[in-house]
Amino acid sequence: MSDITSQTLTSLVKNIKEKKLSSEEVTKAFVDRSEKSKELNSYITEDFSNAIDKSKKFDEKPNLDLKLPGIPIAVKDLFCTKDIRTTAGSKILENFVPTYESTVTQNIWNEGAILLGKLNCDEFAMGSSNETSFYGNVQNPIDKGLVPGGSSGGSAAAVSGQLTPITIGTDTGGSIRQPASFTGTVGLKPTYGSCSRYGIVAFASSLDQAGPMSQNVEDCALLQEVISTYDNKDSTSIDFKRGQYSKELTKDIKGKKIGIPKEYRVEGMPKEIEELWKKGIEYAKDCGAEIIDISLPNTSYALPTYYIVAPAEASSNLARYDGVKYGFRAKGENLIDMYEKTRSEGFGSEVQRRIMIGTYVLSSGYYDAYYLKAQKVRKLIKNDFDEVYKKVDAILTPSTPSSAFKIGEKKNDPVSMYLNDIFTVPVNLAGLPAISIPAGLDSAGYPLGLQIIGKAFQEQEILNLAYAMEDKINFKNKITDWWIK
Amino acid sequence: MSKENSEYLIERYDNVYEVVIGLEVHAQVTSNSKLFSSSSTKFGAEPNTQVSLVDAAFPGMLPVINEYCVKQAIKTGIGLKAEINKRSVFDRKNYFYADLPQGYQISQFKYPIVGEGIVILDMPNGQKEVGIERLHLEQDAGKSIHDMDPQNTLVDLNRSGVALMEIVSKPDLRTPDEVSAYIKKLRSIMRYLGTCDGNMQEGSLRADVNVSVRLKDSKELGTRCEIKNVNSIKFMQMAIDYEANRQVDLLEEGKSIDQETRLFDTKKNETRSMRSKEDAHDYRYFPDPDLLPLEVTEEFIEQLKSDIPELPDDKKKRFIDEFKVSAYEATILVSDIETAKYFEEVVAKMGKNRDMKLAVNWITSELFAVLNNKNLEISDSPICAKNLAKLINLIKNGTISGKIAKTIFELMMDDDKDPQVIVEEKGLKQESDPKALEALIDKIINDNREKAIEYKNGKEKLFGFFVGQAMKVSGGKANPKLINEILKKKL
Repeated sequence: MSDITSQTLTSLVKNIKEKKLSSEEVTKAFVDRSEKSKELNSYITEDFSNAIDKSKKFDEKPNLDLKLPGIPIAVKDLFCTKDIRTTAGSKILENFVPTYESTVTQNIWNEGAILLGKLNCDEFAMGSSNETSFYGNVQNPIDKGLVPGGSSGGSAAAVSGQLTPITIGTDTGGSIRQPASFTGTVGLKPTYGSCSRYGIVAFASSLDQAGPMSQNVEDCALLQEVISTYDNKDSTSIDFKRGQYSKELTKDIKGKKIGIPKEYRVEGMPKEIEELWKKGIEYAKDCGAEIIDISLPNTSYALPTYYIVAPAEASSNLARYDGVKYGFRAKGENLIDMYEKTRSEGFGSEVQRRIMIGTYVLSSGYYDAYYLKAQKVRKLIKNDFDEVYKKVDAILTPSTPSSAFKIGEKKNDPVSMYLNDIFTVPVNLAGLPAISIPAGLDSAGYPLGLQIIGKAFQEQEILNLAYAMEDKINFKNKITDWWIK
Repeated sequence: MSKENSEYLIERYDNVYEVVIGLEVHAQVTSNSKLFSSSSTKFGAEPNTQVSLVDAAFPGMLPVINEYCVKQAIKTGIGLKAEINKRSVFDRKNYFYADLPQGYQISQFKYPIVGEGIVILDMPNGQKEVGIERLHLEQDAGKSIHDMDPQNTLVDLNRSGVALMEIVSKPDLRTPDEVSAYIKKLRSIMRYLGTCDGNMQEGSLRADVNVSVRLKDSKELGTRCEIKNVNSIKFMQMAIDYEANRQVDLLEEGKSIDQETRLFDTKKNETRSMRSKEDAHDYRYFPDPDLLPLEVTEEFIEQLKSDIPELPDDKKKRFIDEFKVSAYEATILVSDIETAKYFEEVVAKMGKNRDMKLAVNWITSELFAVLNNKNLEISDSPICAKNLAKLINLIKNGTISGKIAKTIFELMMDDDKDPQVIVEEKGLKQESDPKALEALIDKIINDNREKAIEYKNGKEKLFGFFVGQAMKVSGGKANPKLINEILKKKL
C-alpha cells in the first residue's frame, strides 16, 4: 500500500480513472499512513472513518469525469468545514463546528475530493514554525526535531510525509511557500483575489490567500485549477479569466525573461542559499530563459511594512472572538472581565503580541506614523514590481533565507522568526502570485526552495517556469519514515 | 421656550447667551435586507430570528454591500441637495460590546458617500437654511437587554447589520423649535423619497444632539456636549433646554464646560455625564480590507436623479402657484407626503368647479381632528379623498349647508359612505326653493306676530330669532342665505 501514498496526485487520479485503484484503496492507504504518523502531529482533527465511508460511496457510483475523483485530501484547519470542527490552531475555537463550508474547500468536494481531516497550523496562521499552535508542534518529516515551517506547517508536513496526496494552505506573508521550502514540497500563493476568502478564518484580509501545496508542479497546477473561482460572497474576489492550469502546463519557457533582484542578496544570508540561487539561475538559463538583473528598491521596507499592516488587520479581525457568540468563554465578573479572561486564556502569546502591535499602530496619535505610512510604502513596493514587470516576465529569488531550523530554536526570538518571511512578504503586499519549488539540499541535507514571482493573474506563467525548472533540478525528497515505528 | 419667537436666548444678569445646536441623525434605510447581508430587516420579529452568519460575525464570513442601500443613500443625498461622492470608503470603527458581534462597526469615516447639502426650514418668521455636513452609510448594532434575566445580559442581533444613514448637520440650529422643524423636515424628505420611514417609536430615526452656548454676538463656538440617542422630538427639546441652561450656569459660575458625552434621563428631565473626552473610545478607524472602495458612476447618479419624486419644497411652491393656497397652508399640506397625496386627490376629484379654500379647511381642520382623535395616519383615513371631494362639492353647489355637511361628515366615517347617498337617504338636501321658503317664513311670521312687530319697532336682534326658527322648522335644511334675504324682505 505504501506505493499508493508515494504517488503524485496526478498519477492517483489517473489510476482511479483507469480503475486501477479504487477511491477506497487510496483513502485507506492515506488513512493508514496517517494513523501511523501521529508523531508528526500533522492533524488537529481526523475524519478518517467518514473518509472511508465516503470513498466507499464514491466507488459505488464513481463519477470519473471529476478532476479529483474520490481523492482523499486533508486541509489546513483554517478552512471552515461544515460539521467538522475548525480551530484555526487556537484554543479559542477549540469546540467550534461550522455550519458552513468555505468556498475553496467546497470547490474540491465538488470535484470529487474526500476530506481526510484538518491539518495543524500556527494559531490564526500567525507564525513561521507551527510552534504557536495550541495543538502542539508539528514535526518536519525531513528530520526529527525540525520545524516544518509555518503557518501551514501541518499541511507541508502532511504532503511531504505523504499523509495526504495534496493539500490547501493559506499564505498571508509566506505561510505556504516557506513551509513548502522547509519540507521539500511545492507551494503556490495565487494572485490576491484568485481564490475566495469566504469561509477562511481571517488573519489579515488584504493579504490572506489560499493556495495549493503538493509534491510537484503538475499536481499544484491541477489543484489551483480547481480551487480558483470567482465568488460573489467575497467582495475582493476578482472576476478574471482563469486558465486550465494543468492542461496548459508546458516546459517550453524559451525566451522568457527572468529578473534577479539585487536587493534580495540580504546581509548574513547563508552561502548555501546564495549558491542555490546561482544554481537556479543556471537552471533557468538551461531552459532557455533570459536572465536580467533588476532592482526592487523598496524591498528592505517590506518586512516592517508587513508587520504593521498584518497585525493591524488581525487586531480587528480577531475582535469577534470575544466569548459572546461561539468558541471559548471564560467566566468573568462582568462583561469587560469576561472579555479579558476569555481573550487572555483563549489566545496564545504570539496572537496576543500581534493584536497588541495592531492595536497600537491603529490608535490615534500613531495611525499616521505607522499604519498610514505602511500603506504608502506598500504602494511603493507594488510600484517597484509594476516597474520591473515592464522588462521581465517573472522574478527568481530564494524562498527563505535559511533551511528549516530546530524546534524551539527561534521560539523566543520573534524578530529572528519574522525574518523568515523576508523573501515572501513583498509578494503578499503587492498581491502577486508566487510559487516555491524545492531546488536543493543544504549541508545538513535539509531542503531549500526557490521562489518564482509572477505578474498578477499570470499563474500559468510561473507554473510553466516552475514546471520546466523542476525537470532540470530533478529534486528528490529524502523521506526516511523515521517517525513510523 | 417661546413658540412664536424664533429667538431662543438665555439671560443671566447682564449676559445673554445664544444656544448652538448640531444634530447627528441616524435614519434606518428602508430596505428589505441588511447593509452587508441578505437577512430581513422587518421590525418586531422574535429575537435572533433575522440573523445571518455574517450578522453574527462567524469566522470567515465576509460582508457584501447591498446595492439597494447604496441607492437609497444617494437618493437621500439628492433630496438634501448634497454633493454625491463618486468614491467613498467603508471603514471599521473598532470597539468591544456584547451586541457588536464583529467587534467593529462598518461605517464611513474619511470618505462618506454624501457630502455637503442643505435643508430648508419653514419657520413662523420665514425660511431658514440648515447646512448638512455629510451623510454616510453604516451598520446598526444589535440590542442588549439588561432587564430580562437577573444574572445575564441578553443580546438580540436582529438589528445587527441593518443599514443606517448618519446625517450630520452643521451647527446651524439655534432653538429647540428649529430642531423640531429640522427633524420633521428631514423625516418628510426621506418619506417622500421612500428612503426612511421616519418611525421614531420603532427606532428608525434617532438623534445625537450636540449643544454648546456662547454669548450672543460672539463668533466663536463654545465647548459642546453630545447628548446621546434621544428618540423623540419632545425629549430632544427638553434635553437641549436642560443642557443649555446647565452650561450657562457653569459659565456664570466662572467654570468651564468639559467636552463630554451625556445621557438624557427622561424621567428626571436632566442630562448626565456618560463619559468625558479623556475616556472617549479610540475607535482605531481604518479602511475595511474586506470591502473595496465604493465607486459609483455619473450615469448611476443621473439615473437615480431621474427617479426622484417631487420633494416638499417644490411641491409647496407648486401648491401655492397652482392651487392658490397660502404659504402657511402649503407648508402644512406638504409636510407629510401622505397628506399631500390626499390633498391632491381631493383637488382632482373636485373637478372643474373646485373650491380650494373649502378643501384646505376640511382637510386641515375637520379631517385632521378626526385623525388625531382616532390616532390614525392620513393613509388610513376613514374617509377617502374621493368622498371628501364629493362632500365639498355638495357644499359648493348649495346642495347642503356647511352645518349639514358636518352631520354628513360624521355619518361618512362609519363605512366611508358616499355623501350623496347619505343626503338622499336621510333627506338632508338643502331647501333652496324660494317659494317653499317664503311659505315657511310666512307661517313663522304669522305664528310670532308680536315678535315681528317688536322687530319692526326697532328690536333688531330679534332677526336672529326668526332665522333660528326657520332653521328649526326646516330641520336645518333651509338655505341660510335665502332665509336671510326673504326674512329681510318680509319683516
